[in-house]
Amino acid sequence: MQLDSLVEKFKQKDEKAFESLYNMYRDSMQGVIFNIVRDNDIAKEVMQDVFIKAWHKADSYSSEKGRFFTWLLNIARNAAIDKTRSKAFKKSKQNLNSDFFVDILESSESLDNSTNAIGMKKFVEKLADKCKAVIDLLYFKGYTQVEASETLKMPIGTIKTRNRNCINELRNLVLN
Amino acid sequence: MDIKAYIESGILELYVAGALSEKENKEVFDLMLQYPEIKKEIIEIESALVKLTAAVCQKTNKASTFQAIKSKLSQSNTDTKVISIVKPKYNWLTYTGWAASVILAVGLLWTTNQNNALKSDIQVAETQQELLEIQIEKSKNNLYEANTLITVLRDDNITQVPLAGQGNFATTYAKVYWDRNANRIFLDAQGLPAPPPGKVYQVWSLKLSPLTPTSLGTIDSFTTDENKIFEINNPNESEAFGITLEPAGGSETPTMEQLYTLGVVSTT
Repeated sequence: MQLDSLVEKFKQKDEKAFESLYNMYRDSMQGVIFNIVRDNDIAKEVMQDVFIKAWHKADSYSSEKGRFFTWLLNIARNAAIDKTRSKAFKKSKQNLNSDFFVDILESSESLDNSTNAIGMKKFVEKLADKCKAVIDLLYFKGYTQVEASETLKMPIGTIKTRNRNCINELRNLVLN
Repeated sequence: MDIKAYIESGILELYVAGALSEKENKEVFDLMLQYPEIKKEIIEIESALVKLTAAVCQKTNKASTFQAIKSKLSQSNTDTKVISIVKPKYNWLTYTGWAASVILAVGLLWTTNQNNALKSDIQVAETQQELLEIQIEKSKNNLYEANTLITVLRDDNITQVPLAGQGNFATTYAKVYWDRNANRIFLDAQGLPAPPPGKVYQVWSLKLSPLTPTSLGTIDSFTTDENKIFEINNPNESEAFGITLEPAGGSETPTMEQLYTLGVVSTT
């Protein structure tokens, strides 16, 4: 309920509400963006742009069309992908490796010692490869279920149930 | 509706991912308003994903505070273009280009003028040439006439008849060279004054007894002819020749008051 009213106030251009939402989703968006651009400074810059854009486009958000988080996620993924297509970016990053988000978690030395990060690291270590791929495509890359089904060569039904199971595992790990 | 089965289908996870169609999104939203279990499920899925994605964020520095973007929120969304107020600098190439085009224009104008001048020069030269050709033609004619005269003068069969001035015109004179074989005379009218305007000299062939004048015609070209020698047909058995001054066009009979010169053909 509190989230809903924050989003409602945000739509009315309430800066305080927006600040709360920013603090709530800032790291998530930067994480998603980082997974695409693989550069800390660029990820942070794009993340800030995403929130500024969201503020200016506040009118266009409607809860009927989806979750606020999902709306923000879309803007962030598109902005990150746009960034990778820019000339300047292509020059500096000739070969982006196409690894999944899990590699970041597994290989990162700079993760702080928050319980979240440690728990997450444990979680991804336990995940099956196909689970990693599904989560990466659907949440980090913004594939539709049809696109994910084509990429992973799995029926849509299988994608749905597999994803459901993966997210259940995630919930048990981080929410309990 | 079996809410449990709906939740178990995995559609809510796709809903949070943003992987559903617009129609499916609306469907989920409507059910969410109806069934609190669905809403609860969605919020849990979302929370888990917020944590997962945030964990991927590399926190090398913690400067991403709201302050960093706050100042930019009040700015208008429209991208304003910055237009430089510095005047564009004209470089030497611009000036040279303009100078070159001016020189070219002046040059073209000058060339056109020259061309026109040359054209009119040519026209003048052509006119002069025509005049010269006419003069040459004239000279040729004069030469021919002179040659003819020489031939006439040397011919034995030519009868010379000097015409003496008469009465008031005693100072005038003329001479007729009569070529009987060719039925023509050559009148040398050098000794006659130019006729006044509207008047012409008329040449007469005369029989003496009785006195019968026969007109040989008027000398219309008297003033324009340079050597004043006129060739005139004369088929008559003339006994004398006379010249009178008559109105333009000539007269039927000679006006005796205006008889300038008269000469009798010697019978020898």
